Amino acid sequence: MPGRSRERRNRTLWFWIFVGPFVLGLTLFTYVPLAWSAYLSFFDAHNTVSPTRFVGLDNYTAMLRDDAFTGSLVTFLVFTAFIVPATYVLSLSLALMVNRLPRAQAFFRSVFFLPVACSYVVAALIWKMSIFNGVRFGLANTVLGWFGADQIAWLSTTDPPWYWLVIVTVRLWLQAGFYMVLFLAGLQRISPRLYEAAAVDGARPGWEVFRHITLPQLRATSVAVVLLLVVNAFQAFDEFYNLLADSRGYPPYARPPLVYLYYTALGQGQDLGLGSAGAVILALIIAVVTVVQARWFGLGRKED
Amino acid sequence: MRSRQQHPRDVRDALVGVGRAVRLILLIALALLFLIPFYLLVRNGLSSEADITSPGWTFFPAELHWSNIGELFDDPNVPMAHALLNSSLIAVLTTLGTVLLASLAGYGLARIPYRYADAVFYWILGTLMVPAAVTFVPSFVLVSSLGWVSTLRGLVVPTLFSAVAAFIFRQYFLGFPKELEDAARVDGLGYWRTYWLVVVPNARPVFAAVGTIVFIGAWNAFLWPLVIGQDREAWTVQVALSTFTTAQSVNLHELFVAAAVSIVPLLVVFLFLQRYIVAGVERTGIDD
Repeated sequence: MPGRSRERRNRTLWFWIFVGPFVLGLTLFTYVPLAWSAYLSFFDAHNTVSPTRFVGLDNYTAMLRDDAFTGSLVTFLVFTAFIVPATYVLSLSLALMVNRLPRAQAFFRSVFFLPVACSYVVAALIWKMSIFNGVRFGLANTVLGWFGADQIAWLSTTDPPWYWLVIVTVRLWLQAGFYMVLFLAGLQRISPRLYEAAAVDGARPGWEVFRHITLPQLRATSVAVVLLLVVNAFQAFDEFYNLLADSRGYPPYARPPLVYLYYTALGQGQDLGLGSAGAVILALIIAVVTVVQARWFGLGRKED
Repeated sequence: MRSRQQHPRDVRDALVGVGRAVRLILLIALALLFLIPFYLLVRNGLSSEADITSPGWTFFPAELHWSNIGELFDDPNVPMAHALLNSSLIAVLTTLGTVLLASLAGYGLARIPYRYADAVFYWILGTLMVPAAVTFVPSFVLVSSLGWVSTLRGLVVPTLFSAVAAFIFRQYFLGFPKELEDAARVDGLGYWRTYWLVVVPNARPVFAAVGTIVFIGAWNAFLWPLVIGQDREAWTVQVALSTFTTAQSVNLHELFVAAAVSIVPLLVVFLFLQRYIVAGVERTGIDD
């Protein structure tokens, strides 16, 4: 029937009018750069984006043999081991406490959520220049001074590695409220009937109810939170760079993958071939991690 | 469990009351702790240099120097006014562009029947596997070959295509009441006019939620503006602050007052649109 096929052609046209610009831009600014990068990663591309000397897998082997690169992956693992449990526990605790408040819920939620409006740059500035300033007018050192303890050069001592305290607390402060909001939404979806039933069965309010009702009911939220925390930790750049870089460059410790990549590809050498190989390796790692985690937790099923 | 139930009622109530009081005190202490960094920002920003660096730390500075704000904007070495202008332009354009492109795409995917719509949808979802931050080197390569380094185009255009935003809009429009659109169809409206005259006016909350989240992200973005906005002329507020934190030395009071000024726009957004931000966060986290 000619009428119906014209109708279908018409629909196809409108589909692409609505979706086309977005898909075109997404392809141009995500898939094309990735493909180009994969291409560059097989070339010697110092200071150029149209290289001529093919070097095969040299960039990949160089990158994987580079202690600084593998070290950056270790830095990511250490960072994740600190920040994921710390954020999970703090944001869940905040959500539980705020959720049970009889009044002033909105006020406390706003206070804990407020750091979401602050940038990593500004937060790092406050942490570096004021709270954890290594000299005597830093807040942390002032507090230590009240107890007669010695001053600590927070960001430049590697033994013990005090800089982790600075790095982890800044992100904790910035993101705890964000995840608290996710947990609050999760808590509000739990049916009050479950708690009533638990009370009838004699479950003790507090730990027992939390352990057997609240926590299992929050499973979906918990999975989403952990996934987001890990992926975001993998992409950490802002606070590391702003806390640790100075006019002499970046110190040899606490260098996460993106900071390493930044200095390799855009620093003095501008080695875009090597940087591209690094980007491809990191993209593969994060894609695998995302897929494995999603499969593991049974996410990604069709939602409609 | 048993023993607790044998308590007389008033003892039990007292215990519950004590527990509640302890929780409240803990919550107030945490709230104060969370506010301290903001206080330090304002305190240092309005102090004299000598007050900030004096060894005897005082909670309240001896006097407030409001003139620090004027000094900041008069200092020719710190291009703060220009950086604020850049950040405002970038944040507004990014927000409008992202919301427009993602909402159209989300609507098309949800409502216009097309044989390959699923394939297109998975093509979009595929980019979620590889977060933008990891691809900054490839994106830099592309943008620099277009000659867009240190331009507004280079700072804005590549960030306009958010798969997460398109995904949120698609999910929202899937649950949008179809009756409204059917009525519009009966009145002879096509997809385009139905979208603008019926759907958009009735979907304001989701536009506000996505818009506020995108605005905050654009204002606070750092890595991309650092890579692309290399010339001083193209610095955003975050890049300017970062340069003075990491490379060039600057007076502390000036740095802090600049940082305090930089978060004012977001505090305004936060105060007036908080419920949309919360809604946006809930959607981002749960759908992601």
